Amino acid sequence: MTVESTAARKNTRGGGKRTTAKKASPAKAKAAAPAPAEAEQDQLVQLLTPEGKRVEHPEYAIDLSDGELRGLYRDMVLTRRFDAEATTLQRQGELGLWASLLGQEAAQIGSGRALRDDDYVFPTYREHGVAWCRGVDPTNLLGMFRGVNNGGWDPNSNNFHLYTIVIGSQALHATGYAMGVQKDGADSAVIAYFGDGASSQGDVAESFTFSAVYNAPVVFFCQNNQWAISEPTEKQTRVPLYQRARGYGFPGVRVDGNDVLACLAVTRAALERARAGEGPTLVEAFTYRMGAHTTSDDPTRYRADEEREAWEAKDPILRLRTYLETEGIADQAYLDSVEEESETLGKRVREVVRTMPDPDTMAIFENVYADGHALVDEERAQFAAYQASFADAEEN
Amino acid sequence: MAVFEKITLSKAINASLRASMEADPKVLIMGEDVGKLGGVFRVTDGLQKDFGEERVIDTPLAESGIVGTAIGMALRGYRPVVEIQFDGFVFPAYDQIVTQLAKMHARALGKIKMPVVIRIPYGGGIGAVEHHSESPEALFAHVAGLKCVSPSNASDAYWMMRQAIESDDPVIYFEPKRRYHDKGRLDTEAIPDPLHAARVAQAGTDVTLAAYGPMVKVCLDAAKVAAEEGKSVEVLDLRSISPMDFDAIQASVEKTRRLVVVHEAPVFLGSGSEIAARITERCFYHLEAPVLRVGGFHSPYPPSRLEDEYLPGLDRVLDAVDRALAY
Repeated sequence: MTVESTAARKNTRGGGKRTTAKKASPAKAKAAAPAPAEAEQDQLVQLLTPEGKRVEHPEYAIDLSDGELRGLYRDMVLTRRFDAEATTLQRQGELGLWASLLGQEAAQIGSGRALRDDDYVFPTYREHGVAWCRGVDPTNLLGMFRGVNNGGWDPNSNNFHLYTIVIGSQALHATGYAMGVQKDGADSAVIAYFGDGASSQGDVAESFTFSAVYNAPVVFFCQNNQWAISEPTEKQTRVPLYQRARGYGFPGVRVDGNDVLACLAVTRAALERARAGEGPTLVEAFTYRMGAHTTSDDPTRYRADEEREAWEAKDPILRLRTYLETEGIADQAYLDSVEEESETLGKRVREVVRTMPDPDTMAIFENVYADGHALVDEERAQFAAYQASFADAEEN
Repeated sequence: MAVFEKITLSKAINASLRASMEADPKVLIMGEDVGKLGGVFRVTDGLQKDFGEERVIDTPLAESGIVGTAIGMALRGYRPVVEIQFDGFVFPAYDQIVTQLAKMHARALGKIKMPVVIRIPYGGGIGAVEHHSESPEALFAHVAGLKCVSPSNASDAYWMMRQAIESDDPVIYFEPKRRYHDKGRLDTEAIPDPLHAARVAQAGTDVTLAAYGPMVKVCLDAAKVAAEEGKSVEVLDLRSISPMDFDAIQASVEKTRRLVVVHEAPVFLGSGSEIAARITERCFYHLEAPVLRVGGFHSPYPPSRLEDEYLPGLDRVLDAVDRALAY
């Protein structure tokens, strides 16, 4: 699969849509890259092929009941439906922005379903599928994209931290949280999500150092979706990302990020390592951002349709559906029921967002401090008086 | 629990950290060299020996990592006290402090708290090399969500640290490193002033000198000299930079009608600028002179051979007192 994807990208680059300069640059990088594609392929953990065939991996076995398999399918379909609804709501002006997870459902549902309730998640702003697995009401995720709050859900209700927008910062929070878990003597694990772009951030590098030094029970789950807005992974790294772990002294593994079974198996193993006191693991889920970076982005300016089309053939939902149908695990009635459920979800999300109230103006002054602050109190009082002056004027 | 007739400011902080750790098992200390070495200024001396490596944590040499992991530990229910080794080393952590630590409580609509204390030995006057003498307090006080304090003496150092650790908000605790060895009285059973209240360090009637941290001593010395010249100077130890006790400054200025603010940090957009603006608003008809500021220049902190000229000393403070009185 890695070979295919590399080939697809090479073809894309030679496809004549780019300028000469743009063609030359990545080609040079490729020529100098130390890790050949074959080695990458060897490392890619896959349990379900793009054609929907179960394959075995010597290190990662998985044994799921039919119900669990159907559940993974349902999770992915509902997540994709929610995501599509949010994109539509942005287009309709109901949301200011949306960061779509389209194409990354397997990475998020696979890893999300590997977690125990007492584990703790530190997401980026795109982990809608993981949020779903944690039981966070999807409509809660939309407040910040609508502009009514900057997060707002209680992270401790579902052990799902607030979305973090500044890239990579949360990897340190996850590491510190994991150090706390360790001090408590608990056997919970922590998972930090980030992307290929974040792998360049100092905070991610520092989180690798800290977690390795303290042997913290944290899993770094990097969704390499190939693009950091307009910059391909080649602009972030000269080695496959999972290999970065080696330099810090903990294992790294690359998994087929469009294979929900492999993502589940690999994440589960990494979490178990963490629980057993064996320290951090870096999981690189090799996937693809099928949509734009956000609704403000225009990928046609920097990548070609052929690349996207090549990844479409590896769609995470399609391959699981093929498997479920071929093996007789899900019949048409079940598939229809999930479809129906997804429509209901879309409708609910639409209704909730459209009626989501704007916050009270005075919310500007709320929760700035836990113990209060004289300046905030003063400014709140002044602003309230200023606003009240209009009411007085109306009365007069 | 005891009365120390003469304890250094650094030992008072050490005693405060010790008392806080004894009182609450969730209090942790983190930083570079804070463990076995006891910190480069020995402020955490002996704490790792008594509380163990689990609670007094020598960290990798990465400031963003220290603050970022402290945030994670606070989310887990701990109360980390973080040491940044020197003022000029805080900037790798500035993003975590400003973007994450300061805003977390608001982003969660109050559902999570960030009881993190960041200790920063700050300021000049010790003949140090570059990046070891800066006063970056305004850069933090400007940020909503953070509280900034700076003690000037041993007793305040003890109590303000205890209160900072008990606070559910992030507190940047600026330690006046050139006063670490100054001795003062400490009664650990006294009833302390509130953390963010200013204190009249010396009563006077003609002009108010407002300062915090290392400059309080300079102002007290200036008041003594001025007294010999027949001028009565009131010295206000502000103690807290954010929130700032403007009521106390206003009360003093309504009495003396003249105000000079003194800090080591550059004057331009420094805390003195904010005080000048607010006191002008609050006390416009009381003021006999414009609010004057004495502080660092708009230049990088100079090589140490020049720092005595850069830092506000007795003469520059007295010059400002004279100028204020000349109106």
